[in-house]
Amino acid sequence: MQRPIRVLVAKPGLDGHDRGAKVIARALRDAGMEVIDTGLRQTPEMIVNAALQEDVQVIGLSILSGAHNAIVPRVMALLREKEMTDVKVVVGGIIPDEDAEALKRDGVAAVFQPGAALEDIVRFVRSAAGRDAVRE
Amino acid sequence: MTKTTTSGVPVQPVYGENDCGDPLEACGEFPYTRGIHRGMYKSRLWTMRQFSGFATPEETNRRYHYLLAQGQTGLSVAFDLPTLMGYDADSPMSEGEVGKCGAAISSLEDMEILLHGIPLGGVSISMTINSPASVLWAMYLAVAEQQGVDWRDLSGTLQNDILKEYIAQKEYIYPPRPSMRLVTDTIEFAARHTPKFNPVSISGYHIREAGSTAVQEIAFTLRDGVEYVEWALRRGLAVDQFAPRLSFFFNAHNDFFEEIAKFRAARRLWARLMRDRFGAKDERSLKLRFHAQTAGCSLTWQQPYNNVARTSLQAMAAVLGGCQSLHTNSLDEAYALPGEHAVTIALRTQQVLAYESGVTAVPDPFGGSYFLERMTGDSEDAAGDYIRRIDHMGGMIPAIEASFPQREIAAASYAYQQAIESGEKVIVGVNAHRSEEPPIEILHIDRSAGEHQIRKLEALRDRRDGPRVERALSALKRGAEGAENTMPLILDAVRAYATVGEICDALRQVFGSYTEAALV
Repeated sequence: MQRPIRVLVAKPGLDGHDRGAKVIARALRDAGMEVIDTGLRQTPEMIVNAALQEDVQVIGLSILSGAHNAIVPRVMALLREKEMTDVKVVVGGIIPDEDAEALKRDGVAAVFQPGAALEDIVRFVRSAAGRDAVRE
Repeated sequence: MTKTTTSGVPVQPVYGENDCGDPLEACGEFPYTRGIHRGMYKSRLWTMRQFSGFATPEETNRRYHYLLAQGQTGLSVAFDLPTLMGYDADSPMSEGEVGKCGAAISSLEDMEILLHGIPLGGVSISMTINSPASVLWAMYLAVAEQQGVDWRDLSGTLQNDILKEYIAQKEYIYPPRPSMRLVTDTIEFAARHTPKFNPVSISGYHIREAGSTAVQEIAFTLRDGVEYVEWALRRGLAVDQFAPRLSFFFNAHNDFFEEIAKFRAARRLWARLMRDRFGAKDERSLKLRFHAQTAGCSLTWQQPYNNVARTSLQAMAAVLGGCQSLHTNSLDEAYALPGEHAVTIALRTQQVLAYESGVTAVPDPFGGSYFLERMTGDSEDAAGDYIRRIDHMGGMIPAIEASFPQREIAAASYAYQQAIESGEKVIVGVNAHRSEEPPIEILHIDRSAGEHQIRKLEALRDRRDGPRVERALSALKRGAEGAENTMPLILDAVRAYATVGEICDALRQVFGSYTEAALV
């Protein structure tokens, strides 16, 4: 049996609206993954350190405040700096299309905008962790 | 399959006389199920109050003058996240966030700009600020002084509801008990100095946005209200000295009748709590006055023009539920803060309701509907059960520390999301009736707002009387360590142009910061 997929769900920045992050964390858990919820107001440094310590395959960032262009590139740069580019980053929240494209060019694996189905997010996280063809 | 409301409450196929309960009192009579005034909107319309604020105080001030020119009747200030969290624009914590979600206000100078040309004696102002509420309120009071307006003539509302921050919105700074002391300081100060100003707006809006049911929204909100009353009584105030100025803020969500019933149930519950539990005698203490905002979380990113229809229905439910003031969301708010065109449509929606639809002619026009009366009674009973459970836990602070309301809301929000995933609940344009739409124009706030604010703040720090700032901050710390009311000390600090960040840091040193327990 393979060990479960491990995902870090984080809310960077000052915003406290964590409804989405909590729903996603629960959906990923219900799908059999191990979810580490960092809680609120995490800096990029705290997030990347937690990802390293928790040995996760995927980081999910929830950002609704418009601060994504300041925060996400710093997370990506830190991952490169620490040679953790095998960790996939998924961003969810209020991210306009043009910003989503820019984040993807910076290495973000996927951006989920409002209205995204949980099923699609779960499927994507599974494949990002390299488990698309493998039964858990 | 049984039909259920948006909150998942089963709905019978049909309702009849037996569902109605006791005959209702008249409008304007205890327990105010039908409304707090006899004639409701015949004598006075609700206040049309669009919540707004973005980028710099200069730009927000221009938006306020625009909204007033368009017939809006009150102002409502949205602050950015650094301000809400007690950080200055130039704090490292504020990077990337200045002016994004509201106006950036770091000092009295910013507040002077924000309110420039707005006669505070004539325009009521609502301020959505919680943990640093006393600081921003002090800035507003200081601007009123500069304008020569007597504080006794000021009308408006400070949100200042810290309990719902721990429960739902999570914009807290200090631990619950010192935070409650700060709130009680403002209630006491308002009772003595600003008789027409609401020092707290006890808010269910954010609880609902976090995913609660309609019943949880009113239950947790009214129980928060009980907590504020108990703290103010312990401070030595008499209930009728401050309760008339407690106000409420609710969400107007999708389910038309469930929402109207919710507002009516909330009024009835509060009237009985105030009379029976606290012995309030003044009629104004018994009357639940509320602001309503249509549900931000109901807005869809897909097919955004549908949001105009959603918002209209939600606004009508708020009006039929007897709101005293109303914010209608703009169609573009699933994307960003609203642009001027979108906010104008939102305001026009209220004006159409007020002047064209005829719903203002008769108070509580649905009163006596079998379905509505049954829903009102059921909502009241279910909310009453929650309030008793929290009483048994020792009040709202122990309940929050045990994550009780947080857990209830998280469970409701997950159940709602699953109902959308399964198609049991239909969201037009999202899980049904989908189509491609051309993109809409949205408001962009670039980095220049932050840079402008930082430059102004640097100049202010050079210009102001530094030793006076230091003295005021030291006096505030000493006061906070003791038991005196902090409001006069915060006013002194603000008048010396101490910043939001400096004042909140002084209080952080005394009170500490709060981190919530993880919900597993």
